[in-house]
Amino acid sequence: MEHAGIGHGHSLKNYLVGFTLAIVLTAIPFALVAMGVLPRTTTFVIVAVAAVAQILVHLRFFLNLGFATTPRENLLALVFAAVLIFLMVGGSLWIMFDLDYRHGM
Amino acid sequence: MSAAVDMRENEEQVLHAERAFGFWIYLMTDAILFALLFATYIVMLPGTAGGPEAKALFSLPRAAGETALLLVSSLTFGLATLAMLAGRKQAVLGWLAVTFLLGLGFVAMELSEFAGMIALDNGPERSGFLSAFFALVGTHGLHVSMGMLWIVVMAAQVMIKGLTVPVGSRLFRLGLFWHFLDIVWVGIFSIVYLPGVM
Repeated sequence: MEHAGIGHGHSLKNYLVGFTLAIVLTAIPFALVAMGVLPRTTTFVIVAVAAVAQILVHLRFFLNLGFATTPRENLLALVFAAVLIFLMVGGSLWIMFDLDYRHGM
Repeated sequence: MSAAVDMRENEEQVLHAERAFGFWIYLMTDAILFALLFATYIVMLPGTAGGPEAKALFSLPRAAGETALLLVSSLTFGLATLAMLAGRKQAVLGWLAVTFLLGLGFVAMELSEFAGMIALDNGPERSGFLSAFFALVGTHGLHVSMGMLWIVVMAAQVMIKGLTVPVGSRLFRLGLFWHFLDIVWVGIFSIVYLPGVM
């Protein structure tokens, strides 16, 4: 790795690997939805898995996050945001769909 | 003398690291904002109020085109960052220009989608579902437009001030912003467009 600071871990190879992986992880869900050969639920699960994988690819190769190279407080902020998102989004969906269910919708 | 210069450079490095961290905190709060817009959208999905559902509104080829433009623009911004680190001013300006044009193509496609929907009376006021759709996708589009404005400002700074340390530090933060917007878009095509046309 290069010296600390802005230049940390930026390399052409990183960007190209990330770009290639992102293309693959985009093409798979789009192709599956376009062809519609798999059952709806299966397609949906694959779309979700590809999305999570692609977000990790972007974080690693475009935003250059790494356990060893990124400052600890940046990773902590990311984890904290992820926990908040999980609680607020998960909680909202849970409550709202439970309400729908109880209203007999 | 040299020790004093070293110390000043070191202070400057600390300052830019602090700014990068502050900007990172902003991005995390923005991520939470988008997450809640996503949650609202999912909750509002059944709320079509007799209006059109997702399937009748969204086009898969258009979503694919927008996705391609943003993804390639993420790569070209990366190339601008590499050119900056190599101290190649003309290359930085060139890649920033390419990134700007890709962003412009994206916003143009999105605006034509919005205009087409509004022309058919399927604007944000049509239903809760459409309000949530315009809020989520519109907020992202607004971010991309702001990013483009920022690209213009930074290109001007590179031209006038050159690749100084403060300019490089700002370009780096703009890069974080631009790559972050591509991540949000991954969420948009995976939650709005793909399940919408399924």
